Amino acid sequence: MNFSLFLLAVFDGIAYAALVFMVALGLTLIFGVLRILNVAHGSLYAIGAYVTASVGAAIFAAGFAPFLAFPLMLIAAALIGVVLGGPIEYLLLRRIYHRPEVLQLLVTFAVFMILEDVQRQIWGTQPYFEATALQLLGNVQVLGVYYTVYQLIFLPLVALTVLIGLRLFLRRALAGKLIMAVTEDREAAQAIGINADRVFFLTFVVGAALAALGGALASPTTSVLPGIGADMIVLSFAVVATAGLGQIEGAAVAALLIGLGRSFAVYLMPELQVLVPYLIMLSVLLIRPEGLFGRPGARKI
Amino acid sequence: MTAYLMEARGLEIRFGGVVAAQNVTLEVKEGQNLAIIGPNGAGKTTFLNICTGWLKPSAGSVYFRGKEITRLSPRQICRLGVARAFQIPQLFTEHTALENMLIAASAREGHWAPFTALSRIPEREEMMHLLEMVHCGDVADRPVVELSEGQRKLIDIAVALALKPRLLLMDEPTSGVASSQKHEVMEILVRALAAAGVTSVFVEHDMSIVERYADEVAVWAAGVVQLRGGPAEVLEHPDVIRDVIGETV
Amino acid sequence: MLARYVIPALLILIVPLLPFLAPWLKVVLIIALAKGIAVLGVTTLLRAGQVSFGHALFFAIAAYASAFLARSAVGGEFFVMLLLGTFAAGLSGLLVGLFVVRYRGIFFGMLNLAFSMIFWSILEKFYYLTGGADGIHVRRPTVLGISLARAEFETFLFYFAFLLALLLGWVALRFLNSPIGHLFQTVKTNETRLQYLGISPRRTLLVGYVFSAGLCGVGGVLLATVQGIVTPDYAWWIRSGEMVFIAVLGGAGSVAGAFVGALAYELVRTYAAAFAADIWQMVLGAFLLVIILFAPGGMIGIYDTLMRRLFRNGGSARDRDAESEAAYRPAVEGKKP
Repeated sequence: MNFSLFLLAVFDGIAYAALVFMVALGLTLIFGVLRILNVAHGSLYAIGAYVTASVGAAIFAAGFAPFLAFPLMLIAAALIGVVLGGPIEYLLLRRIYHRPEVLQLLVTFAVFMILEDVQRQIWGTQPYFEATALQLLGNVQVLGVYYTVYQLIFLPLVALTVLIGLRLFLRRALAGKLIMAVTEDREAAQAIGINADRVFFLTFVVGAALAALGGALASPTTSVLPGIGADMIVLSFAVVATAGLGQIEGAAVAALLIGLGRSFAVYLMPELQVLVPYLIMLSVLLIRPEGLFGRPGARKI
Repeated sequence: MTAYLMEARGLEIRFGGVVAAQNVTLEVKEGQNLAIIGPNGAGKTTFLNICTGWLKPSAGSVYFRGKEITRLSPRQICRLGVARAFQIPQLFTEHTALENMLIAASAREGHWAPFTALSRIPEREEMMHLLEMVHCGDVADRPVVELSEGQRKLIDIAVALALKPRLLLMDEPTSGVASSQKHEVMEILVRALAAAGVTSVFVEHDMSIVERYADEVAVWAAGVVQLRGGPAEVLEHPDVIRDVIGETV
Repeated sequence: MLARYVIPALLILIVPLLPFLAPWLKVVLIIALAKGIAVLGVTTLLRAGQVSFGHALFFAIAAYASAFLARSAVGGEFFVMLLLGTFAAGLSGLLVGLFVVRYRGIFFGMLNLAFSMIFWSILEKFYYLTGGADGIHVRRPTVLGISLARAEFETFLFYFAFLLALLLGWVALRFLNSPIGHLFQTVKTNETRLQYLGISPRRTLLVGYVFSAGLCGVGGVLLATVQGIVTPDYAWWIRSGEMVFIAVLGGAGSVAGAFVGALAYELVRTYAAAFAADIWQMVLGAFLLVIILFAPGGMIGIYDTLMRRLFRNGGSARDRDAESEAAYRPAVEGKKP
């Protein structure tokens, strides 16, 4: 492996990690607050990608300005968070917060099954590809290697912004503090008058929107086709489990670890590409069952 | 090497910065019923947790029949002959009282044959007898979730006794039992222990029970064993009356 | 009281007659029995309060093992394939189990999913070994050295699968009712007490896990031989989801429910899926939600409730619902001593 290949692998890894991180962040945030693992999270990612790619293709074909690709991603993510995430929490999850964990898993799994077919109904099985955003930002030369600005600079920047923004939101903003309070101790928070239902709703919508944003951001870099949702839920679970359930900063580190592991596998042992993330997760869990940054038995977001 | 059945030496436990126990040394003599008393939060349950391997102390060690068990798991310590009853009964909530006992007997005997029914194991009579001994014979076939807290408490102890232990550690055996029946229950227990030759350590808040059924009392306060001696002597000690009895009455 | 057993007994008697009454049903029924046996594995785990989203893994391992065997110099003898396929599933169940029994709940479910996804991608990527997405053709095996024509083989397979399903259902019941089976089920209600009985919850769970993997293996071999082809689809998450679905549909934790659910599922799938082929997952998902939220006892639960209402022999319907709900209840009291 020569130096430029090495550099390419690193760049691939970083770009990929940024995307996975967004999805994993939503997953871990929802888990941290609601104590529910949302198996349907992968579908929200896929739908985010589908909406961005198909609507993008339509409006650019209609002659709208290419820079609209960026606001489109944000709008798509927010819309999916509210339109899909909202009802899922309000109509389904709210009924099962006090039910056993196995049952909660089954419910989100059922939603996952439903959403997978919804995608197939709306977008069919043909791949969508819409890379206006990627082309718009052009390429950059780093140490003799050409790479897209979108993947090398824009994606990590967005991921970092979201990470810092979310941290600041949880620490500073009132809504964020309420979320933290409910996470620390649900009963106590309710006792002092915090509306836990509203906090759960808000958290789930934000988490769902993060998954959709991950999909929206991913759409210019890859073909959107059936099955990406299933891959993503398992992959983002791998990130979240490696980091420790509920760990926000940890998820960033784990995403980088898994992203880099995967991209190096692409260049060195292509057959193992899909395996590497799981191998990383399994080896971490073998040594630290609570994940890299998780504390045994303690909950934290 | 030692005449003691169980022996804790120089135990220290910290949770974060809080010292829950420091330099605790406590010996349990074969055949005795040792009561541990002390204010809430003094670390009595923590002590039982350490003796059974649930928690590991930050310093010090525990010996059972001369063998160090500090680093062993609850499972291994149980296999050596130390059983435990809990403050909140730990039962199999989807099983009946008798089934709970039969499962314990199966664990003791190592019934691994997959084709004998649990209800037909040879220890059934013995388990039924144990249940009757703790006055739960009439509810043997009821799911434990339907029983009263007091009954579950007794079944929890009966499950521990089903293991035929050398030493039984009990965390407030009579809490949850109606106060009119506490003495009766303890009477039954002490007799059962004596009949089976089981040594016991019990944490207790009810001083009348301690006075009557303990051979010896250890006073635990602020993470330290403060005092130890016969019940009459200890319970009349002015410090104990002020710090322990004063609080619980 | 006896009336409750009349319908199940009739069902058991009718099923072997079906190939005469409706020959076109034969293959569908074999598939249903194969899946029912595999679902029995998932059901067993539900009894310990654990759900696996990856048990198609063991199904696929056994199916591929028997496919390789049929292709090898040893040649395809049905009983050898069945034995070795089941053994392969059990062995991989032991290896995967050693790892996953350290976890419960979410982690248990998702790690199983991860393992099945790993195997699925191996099947897809290492196409020079596994035929990739096209899979491997499974030649019709001989039965005790006799080669049968297709129709005869299917008849044999049907009756064999039927007897095997009865046998394995009985074995599962005996296992769950044995001391070790009860210890296994207490993983769900109180692991603390289990440890304080001197029993390792992990080892106990492992016993049940290997058993469940073996059951999935039997189902995998049966399906591979009746379909004549194995593809990575056998290990795909949708297969695992289907197994969980059938287990919940039949009645979570119910041995009879595994087979009732599989028969109902397969019949509906074969004849109704034609109308809803594109939205099949959606229908399943919606149905799953309805069962979980409104009839947690599944088909067996509904049947029991009906029988109780009809014959009023003690225990109200509400009791039964509470019992069914208990199928999902985790160790509530077992966390802290």
